[in-house]
Order: sequence, then C-alpha cells, then structure tokens
Amino acid sequence: MSFLSSVYAYLFYFAAFVLVAGLVNKVVQYARTPAPLKIPTTPAPTTKAGVALRLTREVVFFESLFRGNKWIWIFGWVFHFGLFLVTLRHLRYFLEPVWAPIQFIQPFGIYGGIAMVIGLGGLWARRFLVDRVRYITSLSDHLILGLLISIGLSGLMMSFVVHTDIMRVKAFFQGLYVGQINTLPADPLLLLHLLLVAGLMVIFPYSKLLHMPGLFFSPSRNQVDNPREKRHLADWARRLEQE
Amino acid sequence: MAKAVFQVPELKQYAEIPALEPGVMAHSAPFKAKDEFQYALGFPGELTEDWQDKAIGKMGDLLGRYRSLRVYLDSCVKCGSCTDKCHYYLGTKDPKNMPVGRQDLMRKVYRRYFTLAGKFFPKLVGAEDFTEEVLSDWYSYFHQCSQCRRCSVFCPYGIDTAEISMAAREIMDHIGVGQKYCNEIIAKVYKIGNNLGLPGPALADTLEGLEEDVFDDTGVEVKYPLDQEGADILLVTPSADFFAEPHVDGLIGYGKVFHEAGVSWTLSSHASEAANFGMFIGSYENMRRVAMRIREAALKLKVKRIVFGECGHAWRVAYSFLNTLAGPWDFLDSRYPVPQHICEFTYGLMREGKLNLDKSRNDDMVLTYHDSCNVARASRMGDKPGGQFDIPRAIIRASVNNFYDMDEETIRDRTFCCGGGGGLLTDDLMEVRVKGAQPRLEALNNVMQEKGVTHMAAICAICKSQFSKVLPYYGMEMDQIVSVHQLVSNALILTGQHTDDDDEDEAADEAA
Repeated sequence: MSFLSSVYAYLFYFAAFVLVAGLVNKVVQYARTPAPLKIPTTPAPTTKAGVALRLTREVVFFESLFRGNKWIWIFGWVFHFGLFLVTLRHLRYFLEPVWAPIQFIQPFGIYGGIAMVIGLGGLWARRFLVDRVRYITSLSDHLILGLLISIGLSGLMMSFVVHTDIMRVKAFFQGLYVGQINTLPADPLLLLHLLLVAGLMVIFPYSKLLHMPGLFFSPSRNQVDNPREKRHLADWARRLEQE
Repeated sequence: MAKAVFQVPELKQYAEIPALEPGVMAHSAPFKAKDEFQYALGFPGELTEDWQDKAIGKMGDLLGRYRSLRVYLDSCVKCGSCTDKCHYYLGTKDPKNMPVGRQDLMRKVYRRYFTLAGKFFPKLVGAEDFTEEVLSDWYSYFHQCSQCRRCSVFCPYGIDTAEISMAAREIMDHIGVGQKYCNEIIAKVYKIGNNLGLPGPALADTLEGLEEDVFDDTGVEVKYPLDQEGADILLVTPSADFFAEPHVDGLIGYGKVFHEAGVSWTLSSHASEAANFGMFIGSYENMRRVAMRIREAALKLKVKRIVFGECGHAWRVAYSFLNTLAGPWDFLDSRYPVPQHICEFTYGLMREGKLNLDKSRNDDMVLTYHDSCNVARASRMGDKPGGQFDIPRAIIRASVNNFYDMDEETIRDRTFCCGGGGGLLTDDLMEVRVKGAQPRLEALNNVMQEKGVTHMAAICAICKSQFSKVLPYYGMEMDQIVSVHQLVSNALILTGQHTDDDDEDEAADEAA
C-alpha cells in the first residue's frame, strides 16, 4: 500500500460520495418541486406509455436535437453513444465475475472511446467556428470539454500506447468495496486518467451535467397531454383555492 | 408602405441565419406600468429600494414552485440547437434574442445566488450579480419573447424559454417594474370584463349590429345573444372579435355555425374576454383571477358547455390550464370536452354533414394557413395529438377551393410566431414586432410568389391584429390576413338563405 494509493482511494470515496449525494439531492429537489401547470410541448402523447416512448426517443436518439441541428446531433450522439460503450466496457473493473454481455462489449468499448473523442472534438470545434455557439460558450463549457477529451485520450493511450496493469487496477477498485486499499500501479497516465474521472464525478451534480437527470424531469417532455380529461393541481395551487 | 424609423428586414427566397449583431435591440423596451395598474394586480407601484433582495427572494420562491424553472435553469448545456430558432433573433440579429441568450440573462443571476459554482467561481460559469444593468437587460429582452415555445421544440431537454420569460416578468412585477400594456389590460379585465374595456351595453350594441348585417346579407335571422341565461353554450371569445377586422368576420362565422347547429348559445358580458394576459406576466394568481370570471359566468348563465373562439394564447390557457385554474367543471355536460374550441365544434358539424358549404364563394382568394404558436405547441384539438394542425386545415379545405401550405419547416409545430404574441402587441414595441414577423412573412411571401397565394388565415386574435399592422411594412396589404371562420362564414349557405342576389352584394362588399 503506497501513499499514492491511499490518496486515490480516499479521492474516489469522496468523489463517489459527492456524485451520489449530490445527484440524489438534486433528483429529490426536482421531484419535490411541483409543476403547477400542464406544459408539454405539443403535439404530445396522451398516455403515460406514450410519454415513456417520447422520453426513450429523446434519451436514445436525441430526437429533438436531431430536428434542431444535424451537426450538433451527429457529434453529440456519437460522443454520448461512445461514452455509453466505454462505460459498459469499464464495468469489468467493478464486477466480479464479469457478466457475459460486458465481456462481449469489450472490443466495442474501444471503438466507443474513439467515437467519444471524435464527437467531443466536433462539439468543441463548433464552440470556436460557429459565431452563435461561440457567443453562448463560457469558460466552464471549454473546461468540461477539455476534461472529457482528456479522459478519453488518456484512456485510449493506455489501450494503444502505454499499457497499465489492469489486473491491479481492478484489484484496487474491488478493494475499495470492502475498505481495503490495494496498491494502484504508479503509471502517470493511469493516475491522470483516474484523477480526471474523479474530477468529473465531483463536478457532475454542480454543473450543466445535470442535463442528465434534468431531461427526465422536464415538464415539456414528461407530461401527458390530458388537461381536459384530468384535473391537474399542485399543492400550493390547491391552497389558493381554499383561501 | 408604412413609415418606419428602423430598417425593415428583407424577405429572401431562402431563409438565412444572420451573423450576430450584439446589443442592437437593447434599446427596445416597452413603457412601464403606472402604479395604479401595478396596485390593481397586487404588485408594488415602483422600483423598491431593496429591489435586489426582493427579486432574489422572489426567484427563490418561484424556483420552489415551478419545476420547469428549476430544471431549465440547471439543464442547459449550451449546445446551440435553439440559437437559430427564435423569430426575434432571425429578425433582429441580436444574440440576446437567441433563446439560450435570453435564458442566460436569468441563468447568470440564478447561478450567482443559487448554485455552488456561481457563488464561488462566478467568472468560470458566467454567473453575475443582479445589477441595474442586468435588470435593464431583463426588461428589454424578456419583453422581446412572445412565449411561442418554438425553441422548446428543438431543445434536447425541452427547455422552454417561455417559462423563463414568464418567471422574469413575474419577478420584475414583484419589484415594481411592470409592463404597461399587459398590466393595464389585466386591470381592465378586472374592472370591466375584457381587454378592450368594452362595457356590456357597447357589446349588446355591437352584437345587434351584427345581427342586422347578417340578416341583410342572408335574409336569415341569426342571433348573437348576450347574457342569455339558460343557453346551452357559453362562447368565450377574444374581445377583439367584437369590432376589429378581420376578427369580427370570424365572430359572424361562429354565430352562423351555431345557428346551423340549432343550439342555443350566449356570450357573457362578465367573461367577455378569452385572452388571459395573466399568463404573459407569469402570474398564476392573476391568471387564475381572470380565468375564474369564466367559471362565474358559466354558473350564472347556467350553461352546459363552454366554447372558445379563435384565439391563440387564450386557447392555451383554456385547453391546458382552465381545468387547473377554474375547474372542476362537473356542473357542465360531461359529454363534451371542457372547454371546446370553435374549430372542434365546426369540424364536428361538418363531419355530420350539417353545414352546407359552397367553396366557390371563396374563389376570390388563394389561401394559406398560419399555425398560431400557442395553438400549435401548447394545446390540442380533437382527440389525437396534432389535431390542432389538421382540424383547422380540414375546415379551410372544406370552405375554399384554393389552399396551399407554406414551407414545411415553418408550419405545424415548427410554425413561426406572428411576432406580436406574449404581451408584445403594443405600439411601443413596433420595431421588434416588425422584425419578429420576418421569418413568417418570408414563408408567406414565398407561397405568394410560387403558388399565387393571396390570403393567410389564422385562428388567433393577436396574429390577426399583428399581421394587419405589420404586413404593410413589408409591402403587403393589411387585409391579406383573414379569420378561419370568416372563410366558413363566406362559404356557408344557411338553411333558408337565398343566395343569388346576396352573392353579388358580397362580391361588391369585398371589392370595396
């Protein structure tokens, strides 16, 4: 057990705590905040099943974005789908035994990593090349893109250029489950990769990355279009009626 | 062409996304409401000394009451999908009229006072104190949003700038910075019953005049009843329908349709306004107070059904909110939707074959149809999603021989606002109204050139007033905008109507 391993162990405990607590806090806040009026963007589904389908199309295919802008859609979708594959691939470090579908996905995870970086590159380029997007970009938008690209590139470097001892990496994370700190390989690229990932976990609940839970709570997307059939009333609005 | 002290945008054959011209519309701001109208709505009369604290307090209050506001302020990733979707951006080129640019005016204040990142690293995330300059930007640019929801269609998270501009106006009202046009009108509704301040006797007079006109035209006694207790249907229609052109031709049409249906109906002097400007200023309390007048009228007149006339934002409040604001409607006939749109009513009759429509009576026109923004993206007609697009078109197609849609990208749920919605239909905002109409009129101009379209039909009082006013700026005629029920009215041959002579009369009238 090295000093560095301890630092990383506590860093990941901390990052995991911030990520989970922060997200739970936000989700509870969203769930508790009433939506007093029916505001689905119409035409909207008239049943709950229809809404589930609408949200699924948004989550899986980015339907609205597709209608809005094909360039953002292609780069954004390639990035997110790549990230999804990469995440699945990484589950092998956190599961023992590794599930068969996760074993199957391994090679696709590599393509996912490449796709992710390409998508991010396209999105970042737009922030410089399109005057409207340049105008709305703040420093944090660049930093988040930089963070994600660095995570992707450092990960790809470990796959293709400077390998690390992934069995020890796995042992490190498996150890964290039971409060045991196993030695992490002291490879600079790995340490950088993990540091950036921990950073991403920490900023997640405090940044625009909240768009992930936000989508599910967006009233214009998740409400059923049935205001004439069913009376919709928030608690605070009900109190107005009793006054 | 009408006189303009600003440059009227050019209409091109292909829509262009303009390059940014920051700040060009910063000067555009509506007149402020006088204190008496502020008080009438329950707001302070002028900017209070501790306005900053009060505004932040109000923002916190709204964040706790509206999930939309909270989620929308958090979720934007600045992807850019909305940036070229707002008609005010396309017409003015001002980046603060890009939906995200407008939202960011509030988001930067939200971040500063309500998020960890904004409290500790304001520069990093673009957070800013709520200064007087920011407030001035708010007043300008949140009154350059017509709450048309076009941005929300294209946002991957459905972020609706309308929700944000409503909240901004609500916050500004609470620190004494209200808009004259909206707040005066709401005060008028409380005092008199409608936006235009038409008292009961004036309404009765107007309706009597309509009865005479229709009798002269058709030889049929079509009634336009007011405050008739025990009628089956309460018609709630925008007050502009009582006298403005082409609105009144629509009202004539509703009356003829009711006549042919053989139902008894009435207007109400107490609820003589379909529009609900409480929505424009984002005030649930005021919106509810205005809506309650309809409930009161329905109870007093003992009607069984409520039907709304042609009005866009009004139909949003009616369809989406009325049950919430003024329901439950258990005292009405449950066989009919509450409320019903006049187009749903007419469409039903049409399908039953109860309307004798002679399309050739509209042969002097080649029509297109403007989907009014709030009907298109914030409501429905009929029992299927998208009925709000299909039902008005079906009515038009049954009433005219010549109909062409505008470019697909500018109709249905991608329709452009007329440029005058959301509380902007006031002369002190003429520049933004004219410029905001550019995308819609560009599409109109294209079907005029390519298909020979002469008239555009709409089902919104604001659209009709706005187009009558701005069409001349673009070298078009103010009467190129017509009501959908005006087309029905023209085509409809009433039972017992003798037509030959009337046809000539009508032709003469229209030529005049």
